[in-house]
Amino acid sequence: MSKPVTVTLEFSGGLETVFNNIKSRKVTIPAPEDGKTLDMGYVVKYLADNLLKGNRDMFVLADKIRPGILVLINDADWELEGEEEYEPKDGDSLLFVSTLHGG
Amino acid sequence: MLLPNPRLCARCLTARPVVLRPKTQERLCKPCFLLAFETEIHETIISTNIFTRGEKIAIGASGGKDSTVLASVLKTLNERYDYGVEFVLLSIDEGIKGYRDDSLETVKRNAQQYEMELLIVGYEELYGGWTMDKVVGQIGKKGNCTYCGVFRRQALDRGAELLGIKHVVTGHNADDIAETVFMNLLRGDLPRLHRCAHITTASSTSPIKRSKPLKYAYEKEIVLYAHHKKLDYFSTECIYSPEAFRGSARALIKNLEKIRPSSILDVVKSGEAFAAMTGDIGPPAAEEEGEGGCGSTRSGGGSMAAEERRLRNKEKIVTRGKANQKGARKRNEQKLGSCVRCGYLTSQELCKACVLLDGLNKTVPRVEVELEGLKTITDGVQRVDLHMDEIKRAAAAI
Ligand SMILES: [Zn+2]
Ligand SMILES: [Zn+2]
Repeated sequence: MSKPVTVTLEFSGGLETVFNNIKSRKVTIPAPEDGKTLDMGYVVKYLADNLLKGNRDMFVLADKIRPGILVLINDADWELEGEEEYEPKDGDSLLFVSTLHGG
Repeated sequence: MLLPNPRLCARCLTARPVVLRPKTQERLCKPCFLLAFETEIHETIISTNIFTRGEKIAIGASGGKDSTVLASVLKTLNERYDYGVEFVLLSIDEGIKGYRDDSLETVKRNAQQYEMELLIVGYEELYGGWTMDKVVGQIGKKGNCTYCGVFRRQALDRGAELLGIKHVVTGHNADDIAETVFMNLLRGDLPRLHRCAHITTASSTSPIKRSKPLKYAYEKEIVLYAHHKKLDYFSTECIYSPEAFRGSARALIKNLEKIRPSSILDVVKSGEAFAAMTGDIGPPAAEEEGEGGCGSTRSGGGSMAAEERRLRNKEKIVTRGKANQKGARKRNEQKLGSCVRCGYLTSQELCKACVLLDGLNKTVPRVEVELEGLKTITDGVQRVDLHMDEIKRAAAAI
């Protein structure tokens, strides 16, 4: 059984536009109700269901991070940290940055 | 031999890795990544010989991530390796409220941060008042990227000319090029596929050389570079961009990258291999933007492609008609001259921008008649009202 975690979320590269223009915010992610692990896969779906305000496809496709969106866990590429399987800890910083927007 | 410790950077073997490089799968710490990224661009510049000592070069700057990273890296490299070139920033103001005016603020800050001269050229001044807002007001959102693309290419050339510069570098990256290679392949457009793969395009209709120093740089790494270097950039989507065909090509590439990260570079290399195989084919690059032209490198869509095809076909017909008159039938024998109206290099009597402007100016009265009934006020309508006032005044005077 997982416990809730409090993390700092950051959105950039244009992704903030689908998250109510949140650039940085401390958020407590509740533990999954079904007793599953609170991992990044769960966080992504939780954010898409609860915090996302715009076009869902800009962030996830079939509940998974849309290719072209980079995820940094404590400033490191999440591919180095186990991607969806990484279990965030209190105080972690999670940055989601879109490479899909132009300029 | 010891296997490298995955918890440590593959280069310095001491720091915590923060980047997994898509090209090489190397795990690098922040300083090692920044240096590796810069060094690769330096190698591209040196191996392709795109810069000449003493040259003044304009960086096409939009305030977006690609051109911001380009400006930052070029400044760093010019100082580190003493290229002896001078960079200036050249920005285009398409006249899109809420889009370009914000990003131009970023470019202005960049000019200070990188201590570069900045020139902003606007569609409004260059094209007789036709900002993109007005173009869209006139023709609607569909097909407007064609106008933006043609106008933009000439605007960069004209801006460069104003600065006395013969070389413009743009921020097109490996993802952009892979995307364009795909699109041209899907359209069966080999001449364009050929051109988009080149690092430097010396278009036969432009006196200004174009190069893409970030041609082999992944978009992922560009964004990570900007992030780790804390660069100041602006991200938004062009509000007029219809994300159709190019959008699909982009999604395809991102999906491929996810499965096999080397895909993007492989597609770029395939484009180059095609270019080498086919040699110089097709008519000269008639004022075309290899990367499909909109302000953001990823805008423009199916409608743009269709519109461009239509324009090109129209042009072909015109060319053929003229060729027949003169009895010259050779397809590639397009003679270069200057646009009779604006002086821009072109193989036709009028350059593409002037042809488009003609179309816009011609449709003004017709659209106004339609709009007047709807009480929609456009500038065109106001202009006609002015005309009416003049006529009334003239009539009163008689
Ligand atoms: Zn290192
Ligand atoms: Zn002209």
